[in-house]
Amino acid sequence: MTIETGYNFGYLDENTKRMIRRALLKAVAIPGHQVPFGSREMPLPYGWGTGGIQVTASVIGPQDRLKVIDQGADDTTNAVSIRRFFAKVAGVATTERTSGATIIQTRHRIPEVKLREGQILVYQVPMPEPLFRLEPRVSETRRMHALADYGLMHVRLYEDIARHGHIAISYNYPVMVGGRYLMSPSPIPAFDNPKMHRMPALQLFGAGREKRIYAVPPYTSVQSLDFEDHPFQPIRANAACALCGARDSYLDEVVTDDKGGRMFVCSDTDYCNTRQAAREAAE
Amino acid sequence: MSELTPGFADPVLGAQSCFRAILEAMSRPGRLQRVAGIDQPPAPLGVAAAATMLTLADADTPVWTDAGRAAEDWLRFHAGCPLVASPAEAAFLLATGRMPALATLAQGSEEEPHRSATLIVEVRTLAETVGWKLTGPGIETEHRLQVAGLPADFLRQWAANRRGFPRGVDVVLTAGPWLAALPRTTRIEEA
Repeated sequence: MTIETGYNFGYLDENTKRMIRRALLKAVAIPGHQVPFGSREMPLPYGWGTGGIQVTASVIGPQDRLKVIDQGADDTTNAVSIRRFFAKVAGVATTERTSGATIIQTRHRIPEVKLREGQILVYQVPMPEPLFRLEPRVSETRRMHALADYGLMHVRLYEDIARHGHIAISYNYPVMVGGRYLMSPSPIPAFDNPKMHRMPALQLFGAGREKRIYAVPPYTSVQSLDFEDHPFQPIRANAACALCGARDSYLDEVVTDDKGGRMFVCSDTDYCNTRQAAREAAE
Repeated sequence: MSELTPGFADPVLGAQSCFRAILEAMSRPGRLQRVAGIDQPPAPLGVAAAATMLTLADADTPVWTDAGRAAEDWLRFHAGCPLVASPAEAAFLLATGRMPALATLAQGSEEEPHRSATLIVEVRTLAETVGWKLTGPGIETEHRLQVAGLPADFLRQWAANRRGFPRGVDVVLTAGPWLAALPRTTRIEEA
């Protein structure tokens, strides 16, 4: 793809990048704390990953290899258009292979393959404030974070147990970072939460509409909130992937007809394709 | 006025690669990163200190420095940052002589701990694999870092800085083209 001329490298101007870079460094220094930033208008609407794109644009360089996933898939509209955007405005190489990428921008999944040092995972975050459904006032939630006063969230989990017998949160499951800050992991399935704990890769979070950046440095403790007698349990459909047979990956349920037919397939397309190719090679 | 030397040979990509070095340093405290892109930093700044300032400082960030007239002119011209006389008012501090005490710098507030200062200190030497034991976020088991050229009571100041978490100052140590970072979360033990 040809590089678009007339734009600065990575689309954003240098002043904006510097502002975002300063926010990123403070975010890394205070794991889980939300740093406000001057989110810019991007050439796509809020909700399509403007926060993640601004973070990626401030970090990316010509040596990087970018992978973008949307719900685990490399070939959905959001992922394809963001990948093409950076190929156009930064001229960077792109890839669909998790292990070959240096920057992975993600919407709502963490890849199945273990990430390593030298990789950066950039999350697109719709709502960075984990307490917003419990306390709508930003001035109050800010104070609650300052005081590490997270009783309200524990009450919410307790009410789930009282009502349903278990904690009924299947995605966007709140976590404690570094034992200090309550953080929204973005709407990843609770199944992915354990992958955040002591991940060797750097995790950066960008919320464009809400204008917040936060981060989890490598090898940092990330614990899903729970109770001693109701420990956190990641949820996974009890089935094997219909395409690659994986029993350890997160599955999407696909409705195949209007007579109740359905199948389960890996949500991580790269993981599934790699497994299918390995199986074909073995046959 | 002294002769001004150029900033980044390539302002866009130079700042990008320097930022990645700082980001990597901040996310893996104590690991050394090498920075390039500026051929003639103004004395007494090394390449890493000069590049860090051009990467992060601009008209929005008050800067304090003790680096002298040549460096001040260079920063004013290339970064366009306001220079302030009081360390407490600065967002970035660049120390080449005796560093200002950490407790005198902007700490941020409990609600906004990110509004704290970043202190860049040009030290004599930096070495990994020997020296202090670092632990904390970003470090798998422990990193080692040896620094020559910090005040004798630095570890005491650092322990006090850590106790204030989430408030506190973040430090970038530079020596010539090398830099290492100490975010406020890092625990330092003497070896």
